Amino acid sequence: MNTIWALSGVVIKELYRRKDFYVLFVLTAMITLVAGMHRFFNDPNIVRYAKDLCMLLIWISALVIAIATTARQIPVERENRTIFPLLAKPVTRWQVVVGKFMGSWLATGVALLVFYIFFGLATGSREEISKWQVYFQAFWLQWVMLGVVVAMTLLGSVVFSAPSANVTICFIVIAGILFLGGHLNVIALRSAEPVQSVIYTIYYLIPHLEWFDLRDRLVHGWGGVSWLDCGLATLYAVAYAWLFLLLTWLVFRRKSL
Amino acid sequence: MKASPCWILALLVTVCFTLAVTLGLRFGNPAEHPQSNSAFTLLFGEGQRLFANQFYVMADVYFHAGYYPSIFDKPEGQSDVLVAARGQSDNDEDTTNVDFFGAPTDWINRFGGHFRVNQHTHLDQGTEAREILPWLKLAADTNPQMIQTYTVAAYWLRRNVHNPKEAEAFLREGLRNNPGNCEILLALGQIYNEDYHDTARARNVWTAALQRWQAQNDDAKKDSKWLCDEISVNLAYLEENTGNWPQAIQYLEIAKQVSPSPDAIQKRIDEARRKLAAQSPASNAPSSHY
Repeated sequence: MNTIWALSGVVIKELYRRKDFYVLFVLTAMITLVAGMHRFFNDPNIVRYAKDLCMLLIWISALVIAIATTARQIPVERENRTIFPLLAKPVTRWQVVVGKFMGSWLATGVALLVFYIFFGLATGSREEISKWQVYFQAFWLQWVMLGVVVAMTLLGSVVFSAPSANVTICFIVIAGILFLGGHLNVIALRSAEPVQSVIYTIYYLIPHLEWFDLRDRLVHGWGGVSWLDCGLATLYAVAYAWLFLLLTWLVFRRKSL
Repeated sequence: MKASPCWILALLVTVCFTLAVTLGLRFGNPAEHPQSNSAFTLLFGEGQRLFANQFYVMADVYFHAGYYPSIFDKPEGQSDVLVAARGQSDNDEDTTNVDFFGAPTDWINRFGGHFRVNQHTHLDQGTEAREILPWLKLAADTNPQMIQTYTVAAYWLRRNVHNPKEAEAFLREGLRNNPGNCEILLALGQIYNEDYHDTARARNVWTAALQRWQAQNDDAKKDSKWLCDEISVNLAYLEENTGNWPQAIQYLEIAKQVSPSPDAIQKRIDEARRKLAAQSPASNAPSSHY
């Protein structure tokens, strides 16, 4: 376990050495503050559009950080040939995979926490925050969802030849799941066989990342979801993350370096 | 040379955007679109009009507090935010009973429903309706010819935010961009009549609106019968209040020709005629001071 934590620590340090997070955070903060300061019809109490915009930017930024951080982990180790001394030590390939996953996921979590603290402060400056439960659940579910994204990207990093290809494909797949994943059943019902069966299979196979999006509840002042649903969604995400990690390990252990 | 997928994606997005703007310009009528100096105009030029509909939909999404169908779900008949603003929902079924998403078809759909907003509500109580206003303002900025953005925003500004001054200013902005538009004139008259209690100005504005409506071609009239109905009924109401029954009957006759419920209008005409008949002998009688 110490080996995994050591590998994770390196990834977390890398996050705060690189400029990605700072640039995205400053951009998010600037856009939100400028949008929040604008007064429509001289009414200072209009806030939801700014909250909505801020949450959208947080989602985009978190996805960029998660995918960009994860996609280069294993390829860069191979490119710099640091993977050889790493594996020469008593570190197994499974530990490398899990260490890289944990590091990327925790680093993304730290960044996400900073974004949510900013969101809380920005919202608190304009309106009273009474429903803390939904804030916590929105953060938690998004972080758990990012765990699936990180694991998926890690799998891509051992399958695709270049990090750029992996990043592009991951973005397209994840955006596709977020926008269309929940509607594939409707599309399937309107299609003829054998397309219907193919779409249904995809519908049941893909991780339904759209569940983890509580933005509308947060922005429009609805309460949180039940803790049981939150727990079940967490288990669902953990299952998918482990499945992707297992696949990553299966590919990685047969891969010549 | 190997092209990066990011560059190909960026190129495709640019081609789509350019094509959309080119087609929009070719099939739109630029002569009808006076220039606006908003930030959107500077950034996107004519391409800004692509965003206007989306902003308007966002206003409707906010009106539903996030409960809104996607393109795959049961579509909304007419945008509730507009229906409420035009006062067309009073006699209809309460639209908050409508379930956009329908019954879940499988466990994924059922479980996913626990996370999204699943209660059909409208922000028509209290001052919460103010949250839709930024989107309407953005829609008007991006497409100054989108009339309903002015009238819907003015309605909610008056009714829920209790700010008729801002509503009037926004409608005047709409009139500058769409000179003589009867829908905006109707809304402006409502502010004068109901908020400022200035019946003389309301009458002038509505009379101008009716004249503009009548000056339209037949196709435009056919599409906006409700507007003529609304304007003439409002004018008739003003004349009834001042006891000018012949004028009131004249407006009601106009309304009857376009109203979806001419029988109800006929009843009002009969009632006005009775009152006119009762008034006539008194008005014909010699005045007491002679």
